[in-house]
Amino acid sequence: MDGSDPTYLMGTDAQGRDLLSTILYGARVSLIIGFGAVAMQATLGVCFGLLAGYLGGRVDAFLMRLADIQLSFSTLMVAIVVGALFKAIFGGGTFSDYAVPLLVLIIGLAEWPQYARTVRASVLAEKGKEYVDAARVMGLPSRRIMFRHILPNTLSPIFVISTVQVANAIISEAALSFLGLGMPETQPSLGSLIKSGFDYLQSGSWWITLIPGLVLVVLVLVINLLGDWLRDVLNPRLYKG
Amino acid sequence: MSLLDVNHLDVRFALRGGDVRALRDVCFSLDRGERLGIVGESGAGKSVAAFSLLNLIAKPGYIAGGSIRFDDQELIGLSDRKLRKVRGHRMSMIFQDPMMTLNPVLTIGEQMLECLKAHRRISSREARSISLNKLQQVQIPSPEARLDQYPHELSGGMRQRVIIAIALLLDPDIIIADEPTTALDVTIQAEIMALLLELCEKHNVGLILITHDLGVVSQVTQRMLVMYAGRVIEQGPTREIINDPQHPYTQGLINALPQMATPGSRLNQIPGSMPSLSNLPSGCAFHPRCTFVERADGSQRQACHDQVPEFVTSGNCQAACHMVAEMIESERIPAEEQD
Repeated sequence: MDGSDPTYLMGTDAQGRDLLSTILYGARVSLIIGFGAVAMQATLGVCFGLLAGYLGGRVDAFLMRLADIQLSFSTLMVAIVVGALFKAIFGGGTFSDYAVPLLVLIIGLAEWPQYARTVRASVLAEKGKEYVDAARVMGLPSRRIMFRHILPNTLSPIFVISTVQVANAIISEAALSFLGLGMPETQPSLGSLIKSGFDYLQSGSWWITLIPGLVLVVLVLVINLLGDWLRDVLNPRLYKG
Repeated sequence: MSLLDVNHLDVRFALRGGDVRALRDVCFSLDRGERLGIVGESGAGKSVAAFSLLNLIAKPGYIAGGSIRFDDQELIGLSDRKLRKVRGHRMSMIFQDPMMTLNPVLTIGEQMLECLKAHRRISSREARSISLNKLQQVQIPSPEARLDQYPHELSGGMRQRVIIAIALLLDPDIIIADEPTTALDVTIQAEIMALLLELCEKHNVGLILITHDLGVVSQVTQRMLVMYAGRVIEQGPTREIINDPQHPYTQGLINALPQMATPGSRLNQIPGSMPSLSNLPSGCAFHPRCTFVERADGSQRQACHDQVPEFVTSGNCQAACHMVAEMIESERIPAEEQD
């Protein structure tokens, strides 16, 4: 642990790794998990939302109750249960090998209802429009109408919540890693770096926690600002030619 | 045997307070290449009739009875897969508002391709050439460029032309046009109707024209139905009905045309408004608004109040009215005399 050697701009961590390069690697892991989890959420959420909105009736009721149930578990709780089960069944070694896909899966499963609800609401609004009737009159099958005709019309809210969800997923990952349920120290993410430095905070090595923490804040802020900007760009009413 | 035979079609909407009957006992037929007008006030069931032909009534509506035979095939109760082969392919539909009917996020070419690919196995290049050909037929300026444009880049009249081109894409036998010109301005209306008429004649396509515009009906169609509160109340050759309407409601509609009023005076109108379908008057649904009833004597008036009128034939026309039946029996009073 060194805070003063000019070779290592941001010092080194408890294992003697250069903090700057560790943060860069860590940010990569965080981003992969963030985008991966959002891709997973979006796939599940968009499919369920389309089905619920377009088919309506019992399918709708079933999927939306499922979403309600899912939302009543917090992401952390799902992660703790799934992570603990995985560790218990396959052992800690396998867990660290599959930590990234597993976190993607956990965060993806925990947050899909956000998408499903947004998509369902947009589909309900689109379904009443005449172009959907026209597509049915053309004799197109429901699947095609859902994915080819309705989905593209619901994309702008999907894009906007995606950015928020990427930021959320990165925070979730950091929180899980901080709690020791996420990335192992051998594959550091921002969250596990913050955690690894936390033990040394009292002994004066503040940089191991503080710098990844700041990077996390900036990363999330940047993604949220991107989302804001995207919302303005995609909103035709705010467009000032 | 006609191309399309609709018999005793009964469509209901299952609402909380019980079923509402949107169509009752609707019968009509259409021959190949024939043009039929369906006329009536808003809420008379015109659009429901059109949608039920393609079995596309949205819930909570359902077809409760009757038959729709199209080219010797019963459409009611047909599986969804088989129905899809009829929709778009054999029967296509043109909607009221060209601003809404095209998908805003797909180019014209993509939408035409979608329709073609849903029914035929063809390459994109072939589809493009068919689409181009149809766009040329609807006389759209620079058709090639239109294929790659989005609907918002076209004007209302051009969009309606595109929609007609899409309706013609698979050379259907019947086109159902649900108030195709209502959303357009008057000069474009005439152009679009003339185009539709020309294309239907050229390709021998049957047309079911749903409208409340008697002027359009009289120009375009050969036969017409007048609907009131979910029933057909008069039907026959368009010219005869327009010139000599039998049913008091049809007479009222024709009298209400601005052309029929003397300049400067108030326009004629039918007193009252269409009854709610969930609470129809007994007997003839039109009797509370009917000017004949007021002048009828007791027993006749009773019939209007109590009994649903049957169709009576006079010449080539049929009208469902007790008074008309009476008049035919007692050597009809000419329609002009009533006012």
